[in-house]
Amino acid sequence: MSRVDVRKTYKLAIGGQFPRSESGRTYEVTDAGGKFLANASRASRKDARDAVVAARKAFGGWAGKTPYNRGQVLYRVAEVLEGRRAQFAEEVMRSEGGTRRQAEAVVDASVDRLVWYAGWADKVAQVVGGTNPVAAPYFDFSVPEPTGVVAVLAPQDSSLLGLVSVVAPVVVTGNTCVVATSQLRPLPAITFSEVLATSDVPGGVVNVLTGPLADTAPTLASHMDVNAIDLTGAGTDEDATAWETAAADNLKRVRRPAAEDWLAEPGLDRMTWLLETKTVWHPIGI
Amino acid sequence: MRPIVPGGGLRTYAGSVTATLTPDPTELSEATSSDSALRRFLHGLPGVDQVGAEARAAMLGTRSIKTTSKELALELAIRMVDLTTLEGQDTPGKVRALCSKAMRPDPTDPSCPPTAAVCVYPDMVGVAKEALGGSGVHVASVATAFPSGRAALDIKLADTRDAVEAGADEIDMVIDRGAFLAGRYLQVYEEIVAVREACAREDGHGAHLKVIFETGELQTFDNIRRISWLAMMAGAHFIKTSTGKVQPAATMPGTLVMLEAVRDFREATGRMVGVKPAGGIRSAKEAIKYLVMVNEVAGTDWLDPDWFRFGASTLLNDLLMQRMKMRTGRYSGPDYVTMD
Repeated sequence: MSRVDVRKTYKLAIGGQFPRSESGRTYEVTDAGGKFLANASRASRKDARDAVVAARKAFGGWAGKTPYNRGQVLYRVAEVLEGRRAQFAEEVMRSEGGTRRQAEAVVDASVDRLVWYAGWADKVAQVVGGTNPVAAPYFDFSVPEPTGVVAVLAPQDSSLLGLVSVVAPVVVTGNTCVVATSQLRPLPAITFSEVLATSDVPGGVVNVLTGPLADTAPTLASHMDVNAIDLTGAGTDEDATAWETAAADNLKRVRRPAAEDWLAEPGLDRMTWLLETKTVWHPIGI
Repeated sequence: MRPIVPGGGLRTYAGSVTATLTPDPTELSEATSSDSALRRFLHGLPGVDQVGAEARAAMLGTRSIKTTSKELALELAIRMVDLTTLEGQDTPGKVRALCSKAMRPDPTDPSCPPTAAVCVYPDMVGVAKEALGGSGVHVASVATAFPSGRAALDIKLADTRDAVEAGADEIDMVIDRGAFLAGRYLQVYEEIVAVREACAREDGHGAHLKVIFETGELQTFDNIRRISWLAMMAGAHFIKTSTGKVQPAATMPGTLVMLEAVRDFREATGRMVGVKPAGGIRSAKEAIKYLVMVNEVAGTDWLDPDWFRFGASTLLNDLLMQRMKMRTGRYSGPDYVTMD
């Protein structure tokens, strides 16, 4: 007797849980050739709201961890991802098309990207912070601090490497985030949220929403408790402009979409734009 | 003395969890003539169907309140809040800050209504009274050895008089749970009567009396129904679920039983008594569920700050954030309300 398929239910990831959309809606996800793959949850604006609440709740604890500890956690994510290499290669291949070998290269690059950012956790402060020379009897130094809750619109094309490349730099410095995944290729992102949940990343640090951006992005952009928004995955220029405008009310930091090469070495930029500099003047001597 | 047989006025209401009792006024006055008569009366009250009460409360929580109804509910809920600070670390400064918040909950929006009252310890009544001035926001004070209620009667009465003299508009007393659970009902009754007398002022404008049951310590819904009747018969203006110092504090089913009691008490005596759930209500969503329950169990007469209150501190912030969302269309955050 042949065994019945165990089909996976693709859900959202909010606050360490995997809920269905509050709206109860789903949408069909197809592979690169247009063949049905799965039904994914179609996140609503209320799911976006819940995700922001979860991210805000997680922020204090995550930002309060030592950078060294955050680096260890990120490295652990890389380890767990490496352990599920075959599953991710399969999902990437089905989502993005191409050969198995290409998909495996993407998974390898994603693992390497996580390791790369994990290494930066306790070094970024030394690069962008430090002591400042002042002409007064003060010891003056600057330290970078995380910006807060960040909404991330993940790239539409690169479903795993692109996702990892936009999420890792946000969380490594102590921010928490709400990620709206690729609309057409959300499956690797949901599986990646399972990796996060099993690798010591506290619930709520990365919240994953799937579905059309039009349902969630306007809410995230205008939400007063979101401190920054990365519009990398915004489909059109008009959308990006509309969401940038909506983000202006509480002076969110906004990152406009730009041409990206996900395989190239990323540089520090994606970390540093989400750091606030705190400068302290400490009196010395008498 | 003729025995009181519950059932003389047995009725069922649409939406009532249990058959309810509406004794006539003479029955009520006879019930308090002795400890045994009171016990007979209270134990003669029909039992509460626990499963039914919980199911009904859960069902009332599923009502969908949207758009204009939600706006009205949020405004009403803000006006019903007894903004509370009952901490050992309370300072005059903190109480004054709380008072300004009660008068102008949302400083960015003058159309936002004030809360019903601020609720403080007796020694802070003077400070609160001065800060609130003629704003119309009441000062409520806890008294009678809050929160445990474990002190001699004369100390409780002195505590009450102290708060009344300082200008409290409302007194939130705690019952002696030990006496109630030991079955000394008449003692509890007489204590409430005595505190109510201590609330009186010479000019006739006595403080209103709220009686706190601490339902989390009373174990059963039957006990909540009994103490509700006992407190109302003793002359309480309001019956209140909890101190906020014991878990669980206010629950939907517990409040449901109290709402049924005030409805039936009005049926029996014509006198209306208010209800105040306190503690544990933190979100606007929960508050709206309570309002739905008030409307459907007690009736629209109770949808008024004079007859229904929320004892809360963090609830107000969530109400304000939801109100901002309704008005601006974008979700607000804790950065835009004051921290208490």
